[in-house]
Amino acid sequence: MSRHHITVTINGKTHEADVESRLLLVHLLRENLNMTGTHIGCDTTSCGACTVQLNGKPVKSCTILAVQADGMELRTVEGLATNGKLHPIQEGFHEKHGLQCGFCTPGMMMTSSALLAQNPHPTDDEIRQAISGNLCRCTGYMNIVKAVQYAADKMAEGG
Amino acid sequence: MIPPSFDYLAPKTLPEAIAALGQENAKILAGGQSLIPLMRFRLASPAILVDINRVEGLSYIKEEGGWLKIGSMTRESALENSSLVSQKYSLLADTAKVISDPVVRNMGTVGGNLANGDPGNDHPATMLAYGAEVVAMGPKGQRVIPITSFFKGLYESDLAPNEILTEVRVPAPKPRSGGAYLKLERKVGDFATAAVAAQVELDAKGNFASVGIGLTNVGLTAIKATAAEEFLKGRASTDENIKEAAKLAADAAQPIADVRGSEEYKRALVKTYTVRALRMAVQRAKGG
Repeated sequence: MSRHHITVTINGKTHEADVESRLLLVHLLRENLNMTGTHIGCDTTSCGACTVQLNGKPVKSCTILAVQADGMELRTVEGLATNGKLHPIQEGFHEKHGLQCGFCTPGMMMTSSALLAQNPHPTDDEIRQAISGNLCRCTGYMNIVKAVQYAADKMAEGG
Repeated sequence: MIPPSFDYLAPKTLPEAIAALGQENAKILAGGQSLIPLMRFRLASPAILVDINRVEGLSYIKEEGGWLKIGSMTRESALENSSLVSQKYSLLADTAKVISDPVVRNMGTVGGNLANGDPGNDHPATMLAYGAEVVAMGPKGQRVIPITSFFKGLYESDLAPNEILTEVRVPAPKPRSGGAYLKLERKVGDFATAAVAAQVELDAKGNFASVGIGLTNVGLTAIKATAAEEFLKGRASTDENIKEAAKLAADAAQPIADVRGSEEYKRALVKTYTVRALRMAVQRAKGG
């Protein structure tokens, strides 16, 4: 068993930690750093509830070792709002009722905000493709797609 | 679920990585999208993980000397977004889009998908259809392995424990070539119930000049449907011939019944998808 000293930038803030090799990134966030916005869903790399952005790309944090993130930039759901103002994607989920139980929502928002950064005007089909690795058991996805479209419009207006 | 304890090394060069792999029960960590889940379930418990994500120069997609050369650590999402791949390598482009799910494809690698030796992975059948080669680096240097002798059994490849797959080489398609990958999956992210990879080259008369057919998840390894390929060679690219070849491909499949379907169902699926994949490959070869 080896331990490693790692430095990870999370939502613009530098964090240092001593971690065991086997510590998963999601556990670093939730247990070591008390950032519980990132959820653990299936533990089998299927559901995407634990999705975070690693160097700008959405990845499943239950399937990456914390030590792998050494020196990298992470963004979690806690990093979406700025100065108390909701990110357009958060506003979209609120306005369009893009959630019911809310468990998948952090992952959904991390995946869809990464999509919007790459493709500011996605079609409904492109949104559905992008979030196909994130499972929602409540909404039937209709309102999630609407929420992402809301955010796309809002961001195009500069908001 | 938490993996059992292990030591972790993150070498920056290939020679360091190869040396590290010489230790007992050391295993390569590439994209980790199969290995880490296996470790969480305690189905794999390597003593040492050699993370090759920080080894420079293993991520690229380029054409060179009549081959498409893909660095083994190229992420599936990079293949999916490559304009070179989508313009000239339709079979590979089709494949990249259906591997697991889009979030997993940001981590999963082409080399890992092959070296894992899982018959449910999608690149093996595709590379068999292309007649690809893989390049491996070990303590004694580099060797090139034809894909037809790469898969040795369930989760077994031709790689020695201290060899690293560094590159995949896909032959650049000749004029009048086309390919397609068709996969039936219960949901995005699942392994294929069955999938068929087809790559064809037509001659000036519209006859098959060469044909490659690979089958996913209907045997202990991906299967090259050799009898179907040979049947088509030199024959006209008609629906009648395609249907005959599909019967031979279905005969080559060795599916077992599981939660995804009965043996009979999977064999019928191989037949239907071989017809459809070949039709689409021919259509693309004709420029459509």
